[in-house]
Amino acid sequence: MSTATHTSPALSASAAAFGMGRTVRLGLSRIGYETKIYFRQTDTLFFTFLFPVIMLTIFSVAFQGMGNVGANPDGTGGISQAAAYLPGMIAAGILLSGVQNLGVDIAAERSDGTLKRLGGTPLPVLSYFFGKMGQVFATSILQIALLLLVAVVAFGVSLPTDPAKWMTFAWVYLLGIATSAILGIAISRLPRTGKSATAVIIPPVLILQFISGVYLQFSLLPNWLQTVASIFPLKWIAQGMRSVFLPETFASVEPGGSWNLGAVAIALLIWLVAGLVICRVTFRWIRKDS
Amino acid sequence: MTSNDIAVSVQNLTKTYGAFAALKGITFDIERGETFALLGPNGAGKSTTIEILEGYRDRSGGEVRVLGVDPQHGGLPWKAKLGIVLQSSGESGNVTVREQLTQFAGMYPNSRDVNEVIAAIGLEEKANTRIKNLSGGQQRRVDVGLGVIGRPELLFLDEPTTGFDPEARRQFWELIRSLKREGTTILLTTHYLDEAAQLSDRAAVVAGGKLVDIGPVGSLGSAEARVPLVRWRESGIVREQRATDPGAVVAGLVARLGEPVELEVVRPSLEDIYLELVTAENAEAEARVAANTTATDGAVIAGTNPAAGASPTTTSFTTTKENERA
Repeated sequence: MSTATHTSPALSASAAAFGMGRTVRLGLSRIGYETKIYFRQTDTLFFTFLFPVIMLTIFSVAFQGMGNVGANPDGTGGISQAAAYLPGMIAAGILLSGVQNLGVDIAAERSDGTLKRLGGTPLPVLSYFFGKMGQVFATSILQIALLLLVAVVAFGVSLPTDPAKWMTFAWVYLLGIATSAILGIAISRLPRTGKSATAVIIPPVLILQFISGVYLQFSLLPNWLQTVASIFPLKWIAQGMRSVFLPETFASVEPGGSWNLGAVAIALLIWLVAGLVICRVTFRWIRKDS
Repeated sequence: MTSNDIAVSVQNLTKTYGAFAALKGITFDIERGETFALLGPNGAGKSTTIEILEGYRDRSGGEVRVLGVDPQHGGLPWKAKLGIVLQSSGESGNVTVREQLTQFAGMYPNSRDVNEVIAAIGLEEKANTRIKNLSGGQQRRVDVGLGVIGRPELLFLDEPTTGFDPEARRQFWELIRSLKREGTTILLTTHYLDEAAQLSDRAAVVAGGKLVDIGPVGSLGSAEARVPLVRWRESGIVREQRATDPGAVVAGLVARLGEPVELEVVRPSLEDIYLELVTAENAEAEARVAANTTATDGAVIAGTNPAAGASPTTTSFTTTKENERA
């Protein structure tokens, strides 16, 4: 206290009252609030949270009869359908938890007056973002935990034991989820109304899942479609996750014959920075004078 | 009076949307501690004005200061001193009343006690109910609670009691009076003139983007507009006469007709005066002159439809209110 006596107490008090500490404190409080609301919305719970788990279950059961993926001609070796689909579903979950969840959620909040109300309060925009990002982190970690649990318990998938694999998982996950959340905030600007939000955001997200190696094996897609998919982040998240959960021998069917983790990092970083710039430039509490 | 005594200062405020002029030069001040009502028909510019003051809209011209700050450049410390109750809110409301108030209380440096606010808005029994499961009037009370949770110096209330039942409206008035006693400056827009009369120190009437009158509620309108009206039925027709000496007029009637049928002496209500102000704004010049002439010379001015049981102006006002609620 005594060190600050030479500055104006009123000035330092107001600076402290509205400084970064307050922004972080309010952001943390909003993470709990946002996460609570997330789990109270039955539609997001189904279409975002449980969707990858349901798809993993359906694909694993439906294609069980086709035998293992990458098996020898005599039917031995290879990995189960569930093990083959697991990395793609984790990647899809990351995209849904960020882009689809926040894109629809924030568009609805803009439309129903939530953002207008918050814009009239002393809540910093950054605290609001922290709340949304934190909600995405919390829910997607739970989602992946559930995916792994179902894969191991229901379908007997064996998870990697090499710590290096889990290190790769950690950075691909963190980079992927941050990019996905930021892009969700950015894309929420597109729907004109809350009602049209799902119609505007879900179709492109769904198409991306089909062309990025989530539902269809990426190496089986035509080259031009692989190139198109390579523009978008989901392909790279899925590739990173395959490098973690699939055996090394599967790297040979990847484009270029390797996991190419360097390209994964660069592609996701570019999208992350682009998303941050878009958010910084375009985010407003309300469309002024609409 | 120093500028510190002025909470809101609006000078020659204009707002245009393309070719449409929504506000055509509005000027008024609100003192600290004052409760000020903005009255006017739909589309008159009330909400445009209040949203410019709240920082939601940018003005096209003129000068505006709210708590000494230009709302177009109001930062977080400025917002912390405001309480805003918007005209409508349609949030999905997947949180309880208590959760929502607690979340908002955390944003303000000197917030009120959450339980106190829940009690003040009369929702103790609904405190743990999700907002989406409340009635419209109860949701509106949550809006008001969120507006006052930060202990604002200046409270904006944009049609706060729409959807309230009479008892809830009375409770709301009590809440507003208690805020006023604490020194809160309040800017209120409302369609309910009794509400303006109950709560506000001064009121301004806005019509067609212009301020047509301003002053204490009791002094709104011209002196003529507040002259009492004597109404009676004669030869099957309802007659009206404006008179500063209604007793003498009634005495004259009694002398002439005996006991007059359906005799009334009506002191023009705030609604009558208000309607005169806003219709005068829209009326043609000749019509205004004609109205003034008949009002001042005290002649019998109209025979109204006896079946209606009310003057045509009152009927049309009721219709307007119903349209707005729809």
